[in-house]
Amino acid sequence: MTVGVLALQGDFREHANVLRTLGADVALVRRPEELHRVDGLVIPGGESSVMDKLSRAYGLADPLKDAIRDGLPVYGTCAGLILLADTVLDGIAGQQSLGGLDIAVRRNAFGAQTASFEADLDIPAVGDTPVHAVFIRAPVVETVGPAATALASVADGRCVAVQQGNLLGTSFHPEITGEYRFHEYFLRTVADVRFRA
Amino acid sequence: MTDTTSSQQFGSSRVKRGLAEMLKGGVIMDVVTAEQARIAEDAGAVAVMALERVPADIRSQGGVARMSDPDLIEAIIAEVSIPVMAKARIGHFVEAQVLQALDVDYIDESEVLSPADYVNHIDKWEFTVPFVCGATNLGEALRRINEGAAMIRSKGEAGTGDVSEATKHIRKIKGEIAALSSMSKDELYVAAKELQAPYELVVEIAETGKLPVVLFTAGGVATPADAAMMMQLGADGVFVGSGIFKSGNPQQRANAIVKAVTFYDDPSVIADVSRGLGEAMVGINVSDLAAPHRLSERGW
Repeated sequence: MTVGVLALQGDFREHANVLRTLGADVALVRRPEELHRVDGLVIPGGESSVMDKLSRAYGLADPLKDAIRDGLPVYGTCAGLILLADTVLDGIAGQQSLGGLDIAVRRNAFGAQTASFEADLDIPAVGDTPVHAVFIRAPVVETVGPAATALASVADGRCVAVQQGNLLGTSFHPEITGEYRFHEYFLRTVADVRFRA
Repeated sequence: MTDTTSSQQFGSSRVKRGLAEMLKGGVIMDVVTAEQARIAEDAGAVAVMALERVPADIRSQGGVARMSDPDLIEAIIAEVSIPVMAKARIGHFVEAQVLQALDVDYIDESEVLSPADYVNHIDKWEFTVPFVCGATNLGEALRRINEGAAMIRSKGEAGTGDVSEATKHIRKIKGEIAALSSMSKDELYVAAKELQAPYELVVEIAETGKLPVVLFTAGGVATPADAAMMMQLGADGVFVGSGIFKSGNPQQRANAIVKAVTFYDDPSVIADVSRGLGEAMVGINVSDLAAPHRLSERGW
């Protein structure tokens, strides 16, 4: 089972390290041909507008959209969540997303970096003990459509984690806190779906 | 809502260092107007550095270089949605307080501006906003981290378009980290003394083989190949100062440098993006600069 990590920009090494620690074979993905050998894909944190631009410039966006439509399991954190959203609010001019999640996500919804924060969240989908979540100029899921399921919210009620079929997205960054449960959850999906099999 | 947010923690090291983690593999561009900031964002910058004069102009115009006008910084913040950084003079904690009040996303305590304190740097732990600081070697990097810097950039020689100092500094930092990794425990006491850095940080570097914060390269990067070389030498990302908006075709060059940083290990991509870029910034050879004009020697 090989899990790809989109490596155009951002904290892709941190995701690769977590996945390897959990026993997965990891392949960094920057080109369309590298997409053909992965059973699942993680889209890391970073700058969503840059990843969008580069994925289109190097022909990755369209095959990735097709793969998502065909059921490729994908987990996106922060910028990755934005790329998976059907609708992006407050994007830069011309910004596009891959889509797949029936949600509207607002970029940088908490404000400037001084408003970035850490907090404990109860997320029953991944376990009984709270998830320590780090939000960095993070997006929020402003609208959850009927096809998507909200998994977590911050204290004021705004949604910060969603799932829909084989797609998972979080506003926060488990990859930099030693929180492995989302990656474990995702790897179980990858194993169950057997996308390439 | 006040009680429900009380469990949220702002300005922690993890949150400050975390933003730099998200900038990795990206290009941070110096901009002096909102229009340049827009060009930078459209070209794929991960962040912009808002300032009144790029280093090449500070160098040619001379005089005391200070924090930028708050109106300019606010205009740039209003123009783009990517993170906005701004520079404070070394040791000028009030400029830093002002920049934090303006809601910039990162403060660069920068040798490109005229130092305000020739003894002390800013106590960066006092701030909610994160800081990036320059370093020419590992000891300097660790002193800045000890003062609370959440990101380090190797200094290079800003405003020259000569990449040789950037090369020297990233090689020096990487080499000193590698040397620590091969030392036995008893040698680390002396290493800490020689690096003039806290023993605990030196031990951490020796154990992990890397800085505890993200390391970008700056100072003299002018071409896609320059940027890719910095990445191959182990930088997490690149600052480009005068190199973009002092060149013949800023938009195309900015685009090209972004692509060269992502595909830094693929010479065919670098060749492709380097075609027809027009004139690079004219540049100055660092060896022609008299010592007092070398910005990298500011900071200690």
